[in-house]
Amino acid sequence: MASICFYFQVHQPLRLRHYTVFDKNSHYFDDYKNSSICRKVANKCYLPSNRLLLDIIRRFEGRFRIAYSITGVLLEQLHSFSPEVMSTFDALAETGCVEFLAETYYHSLSFLYSRDEFIEQVNKHSETIEYLFGQRPRVFRNTELIYNNDLAALVESMGKFDAIISEGANHILGLRSPNFVYRPKHCEKLKLLLKNYSLSDDIAFRFSNRNWPEWPLTADKFARWVSDVNGNGNVVNLFMDYETFGEHQWEDTGIFDFMRHLPEKILRHPDNDFKTPSEIVRTYDPVDTVDVPHLISWADTERDLSAWLGNAMQSNAIHELYRLEKKIKNTSDEKIISDWRKLQVSDHFYYMCTKYFADGDVHKYFNPYDSPYDSYINFMNVLNNLQSRCAKPALLNTKSMTNNALRGENYLTEQATESICQP
Amino acid sequence: MDRIKVFMLGWEFPPFISGGLGTACYGLTKAMDQLGIYVTFVLPKMVDSKYSTHVNLLTPDSRTPTSTVKFREFKNVIFHTINSPLQPYSTAEVYQQRIEENLRQKYTSHTNVTSEYSGSLDYNSDMYTEVHRYAEVAVELAEHEHYDLVHAHDWMTYPAGIAVSAIKERPLIVHVHSTEFDRSGEHVNQMIYDIEREGMERADKVIAVSHYTRNIIISRYGISGEKVEVVYNGVERNGNDNWILAETGIEKDEKIVLFLGRITMQKGPEYFLHAAKKVLDVVDNVKFVMAGSGDLIHRAVEMAAELGIGQKVLFTGFLRGEDVRKIYKMADLYVMPSVSEPFGIAPLEALDNDVPVIISKQSGVSEVLMHALKVDFWDVNEIANKIVAVLKYPPLQMTLRNHGNFEVRKLRWKDSAQRCAQIYGETLMQLNKCIS
Repeated sequence: MASICFYFQVHQPLRLRHYTVFDKNSHYFDDYKNSSICRKVANKCYLPSNRLLLDIIRRFEGRFRIAYSITGVLLEQLHSFSPEVMSTFDALAETGCVEFLAETYYHSLSFLYSRDEFIEQVNKHSETIEYLFGQRPRVFRNTELIYNNDLAALVESMGKFDAIISEGANHILGLRSPNFVYRPKHCEKLKLLLKNYSLSDDIAFRFSNRNWPEWPLTADKFARWVSDVNGNGNVVNLFMDYETFGEHQWEDTGIFDFMRHLPEKILRHPDNDFKTPSEIVRTYDPVDTVDVPHLISWADTERDLSAWLGNAMQSNAIHELYRLEKKIKNTSDEKIISDWRKLQVSDHFYYMCTKYFADGDVHKYFNPYDSPYDSYINFMNVLNNLQSRCAKPALLNTKSMTNNALRGENYLTEQATESICQP
Repeated sequence: MDRIKVFMLGWEFPPFISGGLGTACYGLTKAMDQLGIYVTFVLPKMVDSKYSTHVNLLTPDSRTPTSTVKFREFKNVIFHTINSPLQPYSTAEVYQQRIEENLRQKYTSHTNVTSEYSGSLDYNSDMYTEVHRYAEVAVELAEHEHYDLVHAHDWMTYPAGIAVSAIKERPLIVHVHSTEFDRSGEHVNQMIYDIEREGMERADKVIAVSHYTRNIIISRYGISGEKVEVVYNGVERNGNDNWILAETGIEKDEKIVLFLGRITMQKGPEYFLHAAKKVLDVVDNVKFVMAGSGDLIHRAVEMAAELGIGQKVLFTGFLRGEDVRKIYKMADLYVMPSVSEPFGIAPLEALDNDVPVIISKQSGVSEVLMHALKVDFWDVNEIANKIVAVLKYPPLQMTLRNHGNFEVRKLRWKDSAQRCAQIYGETLMQLNKCIS
């Protein structure tokens, strides 16, 4: 039996506007760019893909099943800029064949820096999904499939999830296959679903690559590869960015036609079926435990965190950001807290990546900045402004307003000079 | 194929330099020397007794108007110098000044140092006559030389290049290190433009130091793109010197932002000062150093005063050799706000000295440097924003420095020389095809 499990990651970052050290305004985001990109991706990918998948689901009367993980930051943007996409997701949810996964609302790296913040964001996301789609997520995926034993343990301890999703990286599996359900080390109940990166990337990355010996990839051929798993595995986890359809692989590559015909070809083999992650978890038992002491992700060939935390700027920016947590939360100012959280979106750090920068590869395609340096400068300027906003309410609370306000201002300038003085 | 013999026409060479051209000619010929290309390098050398003492020059023969010089470090390069007050970045007025200064020195000097000057030279001639006089002497020299092709660096040598290539019917390559549009904006000197254009038109190949310059050559001079090749400059590594940074004994409690270059319209000194003003509005412990001389230096001093930042801006005058090294060691950031910079070697030198750089997007060097901050020269606000960021966020400075220093190692004169050699080969092959 081979159960095909499709899960699509649906996310768009919140891009910052150009923000110099001289800016004082607390409006940080580039509404124009964010809205136009959101609408563009909606038209090229979300709408046609949702309609196509809805159509397939209806055609196969329950035999075609899929899962989505949609970030909170994207849901907010869709709500404002492309509400029609929201209604197609509603329709998908109503079919009963679609599962929605849990993740951090802000597509953040909070697990690495603040467990409290991480849990808050996961809860906020689950609540939002339940509110919008009427189902409480039971399977968790972390941002960029970042994963290790500790994360699994933490997620299990939250008591809300049956399984967690990660990358089926060679160096954690060794000779084992990703086509089984596993158990994370130190976990009792939680199950682990691992991405079959080879088959997933055939669609997500290689589909339109004419230098690939297997090009063109037909639904027939792919169904054959999937069916080959019968006998050596239970599941084929095809995890990919939703933007694969129409955005990374443009419509003229034939990606939609491929998808339109794939279910039929796969289901032609009597041993194949489609299952959502929760159904996989219910159907199959873990065959082994997987030990992942070091952090992994689904990014680049390294499958590590170097795309977000590989250089001094990235680690400085993220440390400074999380260092503010207490200060931010003490303000109890929702706008400040939400701005701070929006700065946690992992893409901000991805833009600062200097790895491969000189080669101009995929990192560049998704980057709104000309260089990683520009993105760091912009981010830090915004962060500085955010920090200064935290200090303000404290001034208002003091008794002798004028005196303290003056002193407060001095304090601020002193602080500014101090940070410049650092070697 | 036999080793190629090149008759090369330049106009400045270390230590007699006033800008990047001398550095480029030095780096390029040195690398060609190592590739085994024979180069005869003709140079209009303005002898200035102040600097002529510490070079390895063979005693020049004072009888002829030219002198042969051999640098110890070169095996295959022979230098000929022609006594001429030619200066690459001069305006006619500056040229006049220099002549007068030299004449004054001649009257007061009782030593033999300046005896190199041939009395027959007409010092009252203007700059343009000088260009043609240089051509005449070059032709005289060329008559006794055997060479495969002629390689001329920038407009003042183009008439010479055309003449020298004509007398022996050898191909001409002109190397464009800067154009009149870079130096003068829209107020081009028609005479210089005409010389440049004729040189490019007559040349078999035009070498541009960047795509930025190639575009100017094509769009402003109407040269066919097919014959314009891009050869980037390199940078001379200073090597072992990097590790003693901490031992220089320079102590400072203020950050230093450096402008190093000629203080002329082309280099955008006013944008540097306006940005400095903005930076000083938000940061206090920083000084701005302007190293260089040029026709706008007095204007720049005035402007600093007008902006009320006079006490924060230091002018050092023109720096050379060790002093350049020293100023780089002190600097936290190098800014090149050039209005139009064909290439820009100085930022590479800064990076080689571990100083991060902000460079204008209107430059050739921005095509080859990834690990640099880039700005439009007119965007003073953004220049200031980036200066503040570098001063304020140490990881930025660190990442720029580390990656930049690494990146600069990939820009070697050896590659530039190899690329030139390739162009020589292609040019000669085309010529042979035409003949046969």
